[in-house]
Amino acid sequence: MHLARVIGDAHATVKDPMVTAAKMLLIHPIDGSREFTGHPLVAVDMVGAGPGEIVFYTTAYEAVIPWKRLHPDVPMALIDAGIIGIVDRIDVEGVPS
Amino acid sequence: MLLGRVVGEVWATAKDSKVENMTFLLVRGMRPDRSLEGGYVVAVDAVGAGLGEIVLVAQGSSARQSELTQGRPVDAVIMAILDDVRAEDRDWASFDESGAEL
Amino acid sequence: MRICRIAGSVHATVKDASLEGERILLAQPLSLDGEAEGAPLLAVDRADAGVGDHVLLMKEGGSARLILDDENSPVQCVVVAVVDHWAHEGKVFP
Repeated sequence: MHLARVIGDAHATVKDPMVTAAKMLLIHPIDGSREFTGHPLVAVDMVGAGPGEIVFYTTAYEAVIPWKRLHPDVPMALIDAGIIGIVDRIDVEGVPS
Repeated sequence: MLLGRVVGEVWATAKDSKVENMTFLLVRGMRPDRSLEGGYVVAVDAVGAGLGEIVLVAQGSSARQSELTQGRPVDAVIMAILDDVRAEDRDWASFDESGAEL
Repeated sequence: MRICRIAGSVHATVKDASLEGERILLAQPLSLDGEAEGAPLLAVDRADAGVGDHVLLMKEGGSARLILDDENSPVQCVVVAVVDHWAHEGKVFP
């Protein structure tokens, strides 16, 4: 699981039927000092995150698990990144909270 | 499966009860010229491997298919100690650690 | 699994239900020589680890679900052990 900041959103009219209800956010991974690291990606929001917020996300099959819980009628979903928490506070030694 | 060399060991007293009674070895991937890859895995030893030995490591859910690791939380397991590996008709024993031919 | 150092912790009120009551740690992956390597990961704590501890980080979802005993957990990373020390190329770390 990784930390990221929500930097935007993504909209698609044409998408896979299993994810028509998905809210897709553009996120950029950050490190413990809240500095951007790596490359931005699109993740499905499972928790109601908004622009500018620090979140954490999970990838691979683990991103499908919360979606299936929210949509019990869906057997499988084309999701490989999912936001599963909104961060209130990060405590890292040497970095102000 | 990852072909690798045992380069070290890890000792941990405080651990989750589901990973008790396991030996954790450090394994680095090995190229056909015997030079070592940059990355490493912490693998559970199911065969009694020792330092310096060339081993086979199964990773992911396959790592839970050995007798020792069945149904246990293990993502990498040493499943074999290799006696002999041949690449392009040359025995790996003919290379030294740095990949130079002996 | 990877050897990591615990760099801190993360607090979240709004989170997946399976994370309720769990401590979430920020774990910095290390090289075999104890140097930081790559971006830090978030992990659920199952070894009572604290800041500065060296730990074994399980980073495969299937194993994480077995440790957490929850088939429906989206957690990928779990701290499963606090490392006393490790040996690499004749040297003992940390």
